[in-house]
Amino acid sequence: MSEARVTKDFTNAPLCLSGKGVTKIFGFGNKKTVAVDHVDFEFHEGEFVSIVGESGSGKTTLSKMLLGLSNATEGEIFFQGKPRDISSGRKKREYWKGIQAIFQDPFSSFNTFQKIDTVLLDCIHMRGGKNLSKEEKFNMMTEACHFVNLEFKELTNKYPFELSGGQMQRLMIARIFLLKPKILLADEPTSMVDACSRATILDMLLNLRDEIGMTVIFITHDIGLAYYISDTVYIMEHGKFVEYGKADEVILNPKAAYTKRLISDVPKIHEEWDLSTVDLMA
Amino acid sequence: MKNTLRQVFHSSKFVAGFIIFVAILLMMFIYPLINPGNPLQQIGVGTFAKPGTYVSLYDATKSPVSTFRLPDAAEKRLGTSLSEEDKVAMVEWFEAVGADISDLDTNDTEKMLEMWDEYYDPSAKPKGMIRAKILYYGRLDKSLKEMGGSDSISIADKNEEGELEETKKILDTDYVNTKDVANVKTLPLGTDNFGRDVLKELVSATGTSIRIGLIAGIVATLIGLTFGLLAGYVGGILDDIIMFVTNIFTVIPGFVLLILISYSIGQEQRGAAVVAIVIGFTSWTWTARSVRSQVISLRNRDHVNLSKLSGHSLVRIVLTDILPYIASYVVMAFILQVSSGILSEAQLSLLGLGPKTTEVPTLGLMMNWAMLYSAHTNGSWWAYFPVILTITLISFSLNLMNTGLDQVFNPTLRD
Amino acid sequence: MGKAMLEVKNLKTKYITRFHEDVYAVDGVSFTIEEGKSLGIAGESGCGKSTLALSMMGYYFAPLHYISGDIIIDGKNISGMDPDTVRKTILGTEIAYIPQAAMNALNPTQKIIRFIEDVVHAHDPKKDKKEIREMAEKRFAELGLPAEALNKHAVELSGGMKQRTVIAVSTILNPKVLIADEPSSALDVTSQKMVIKMMRELMEKGYIKSMLFITHELPLLYNVTDDIMVMYAGQLVEKGSAEQMVFDPVHPYSHGLMKSILVPEEGTRGQKLTAIPGAPPNLKRPPDGCRFAARCKYAKPECRYSAIPEKEFEENRMYRCLMGVDELREVYGNE
Repeated sequence: MSEARVTKDFTNAPLCLSGKGVTKIFGFGNKKTVAVDHVDFEFHEGEFVSIVGESGSGKTTLSKMLLGLSNATEGEIFFQGKPRDISSGRKKREYWKGIQAIFQDPFSSFNTFQKIDTVLLDCIHMRGGKNLSKEEKFNMMTEACHFVNLEFKELTNKYPFELSGGQMQRLMIARIFLLKPKILLADEPTSMVDACSRATILDMLLNLRDEIGMTVIFITHDIGLAYYISDTVYIMEHGKFVEYGKADEVILNPKAAYTKRLISDVPKIHEEWDLSTVDLMA
Repeated sequence: MKNTLRQVFHSSKFVAGFIIFVAILLMMFIYPLINPGNPLQQIGVGTFAKPGTYVSLYDATKSPVSTFRLPDAAEKRLGTSLSEEDKVAMVEWFEAVGADISDLDTNDTEKMLEMWDEYYDPSAKPKGMIRAKILYYGRLDKSLKEMGGSDSISIADKNEEGELEETKKILDTDYVNTKDVANVKTLPLGTDNFGRDVLKELVSATGTSIRIGLIAGIVATLIGLTFGLLAGYVGGILDDIIMFVTNIFTVIPGFVLLILISYSIGQEQRGAAVVAIVIGFTSWTWTARSVRSQVISLRNRDHVNLSKLSGHSLVRIVLTDILPYIASYVVMAFILQVSSGILSEAQLSLLGLGPKTTEVPTLGLMMNWAMLYSAHTNGSWWAYFPVILTITLISFSLNLMNTGLDQVFNPTLRD
Repeated sequence: MGKAMLEVKNLKTKYITRFHEDVYAVDGVSFTIEEGKSLGIAGESGCGKSTLALSMMGYYFAPLHYISGDIIIDGKNISGMDPDTVRKTILGTEIAYIPQAAMNALNPTQKIIRFIEDVVHAHDPKKDKKEIREMAEKRFAELGLPAEALNKHAVELSGGMKQRTVIAVSTILNPKVLIADEPSSALDVTSQKMVIKMMRELMEKGYIKSMLFITHELPLLYNVTDDIMVMYAGQLVEKGSAEQMVFDPVHPYSHGLMKSILVPEEGTRGQKLTAIPGAPPNLKRPPDGCRFAARCKYAKPECRYSAIPEKEFEENRMYRCLMGVDELREVYGNE
């Protein structure tokens, strides 16, 4: 077993994305559901943040708001210290230049009618590489594929759905490699990928973060996974952050009752999984 | 794309529908080459000539004659000249005079005539028979006597002095070869009430109806697709407005609307294309609704979100990230629209609200004419039945293709 | 050695695709579960573990087809029986099956008690409704389910409660084998724990005699079952006790799986994850030799063409690899 990765201290790093009192309410009146309830957060530049929550905790709703795909009902989100403005289509597009996402389901993340070349070429064009020569573009795409252990030559003229789930997620990472965003939001990118490919994807995400120094917001329900990969962990319950802090502190010395329960309820290998605490009548 | 086509042509239902439809189309293109001319030309005088081959009697008398002595010729001749009506009347007489008819075979013409000779008595007055009927039997007797009469027909022409003079004698053993007759006309489906060749008219009408269906389908699909895409993808107030309009169109019965619009346009303006566009305008709601619901489920898919994050414009997202996914569905809807367009035209025309009647025949118009001239009551089945069959075949083949496509594109229907 | 409750011998089944191609999803699987024991099957998605479950309960509806092999439940061979007979005579009394989405399989218009009546009446049509209710209430009380749940509709229950109710309903006739296919994957961890505890109790109280548990979550499997089998591309590649499989795997594929376990414990952060490159083979044309050879870093040329037999070693352990156990332990020990 190698040494545990050092958890860097990010508290003094410049802010990348932060929020104050961010709230999302669906419906109104009696049918009102508060999906995200006045959350505050500070994500720093180059930080690997995990948001951990069970299904229904509001983590996906929060991610949609962070991406600017939906508006917050209340509260404000700050991008690099300035209030984020996504009121018009053009401003949205401006914001989206700095943020990218990888979603849970690789099969629905690609347009099945576009070839892989088109997907990657599109990324180069978005980064202003329209006037590059064919050869330069080819080299860039080869480099990006090489970063995720794929061979671009073998992928040309193929469609994304001809690849396995793991390969598709890696292609997604190659996209991010070309786009070089400030923020990457990864919404359960490994939950539909088999265990063996998962390791590859996690390592690639860590390398990519180091390579282009972006902030990664990693959304997951797997607290073990979050502990392995992230610098900072936010634990979410019913739309609220019940606890956050450095990964080691939160996982090894949880303070909030919910975090404690969550950690004790996850089956483990070296510690006994105590079934006697379960009250079936509850 | 190639793979999809392979799957489509693996579906037996699609292939069956496709073959029927292509056969109809081929017929539409090939038949006018074999039998050219204006389909609406009135070739016959008088209504509803039976299907069959017509030989010019004039030419036949002038054709070279061969002599055959066929054993059953006389019997056949009798058989065709004694009508069913006469037979019934004869049986009635036999009954009235108390003849034994228990083992009488009405198809045995010779036996019938023998019995007639035996039992008919011009002076007899069977009980309960009115005078008019007795006179009728007198006439019947006369015509029966003439039937078996002479074994030749004389053809006479006026000579120079203006008197009739026999120029030719036709014996009952004289035959002419149809090849020697200058004018023979085969009418596989007879003629209609205006004396027009029904088959030729039917082929031309099929073409017009399919064109009407296609125009109606294209109009309806374009309107429905545009509205559905806008309402589904843009959402918000635009969605509300479009859905309001769509709902109004859905609530008003489409066919009633169609009748009203066709009526108010007026007979003069109603060409085939106008009718087609009117049909298209009243049948887009269904496409709009279903495209909208498909787009709504697509717009939250991750690849659309990613496309947004990549800063693509609305038009580009709709064209590259949404349209390809619903294309198969739109094609299916289009096929159904074509089929229902053809049916709508037939319904409208049947009510006399179809395209104006002097230019082109359509399937609906042919039915309309057949109905106006009581083809169905006087037994002229050839004037309407082939039309019904064609309409059925077209919409059956289109629906088969649609079901086949559905099975290919809709995974829940796969076996 | 205890009495064998479930014995599967060389089971082979296939799917027939729409283009009439055969996909050999389960290709020669043999194992035994003894009375009072539970066995777990681990593997990636698409390795054939769910197909194995369906095949074992005789669920042969197109496109799934039976090829060969025996399934013996408590001495009774049910292989090759037609699905309808299996449903009437085997399901419920001999085998109970709980799929992942079982909780969504409940008809929302019916009360829970009706499902129990249905299950009982399928095997004993004359049984009195009152008796059934008493039986159900007793069983629910023992399993910690509230008796009121019997009179509720499925929609009124929470996800975890629904899944537990389904398990209680399907085991009401004390089946000999319970086959659970990812029974808790759709639940949150707390509900998952309750489901597992309930299944444990069913075993302890002897209502079910043995259990086959299928999941891709290894930490869960480790905590639930006595033995673990690892399945890859339609075949078993290794079998052993849960302890042995997690801490002393032998097969290269098992090594990859076990090293991908991430649990919220000390040491996880320093763990070195091993990635296995490549993807599982296409089961339409399975390779002749070792199915894992294309992804195995220790593969030799002969691995690709010689058939690999299942080899037994130590007590109750099996693996499928050309290399010897000691050889494998050595190469992985040096890593």
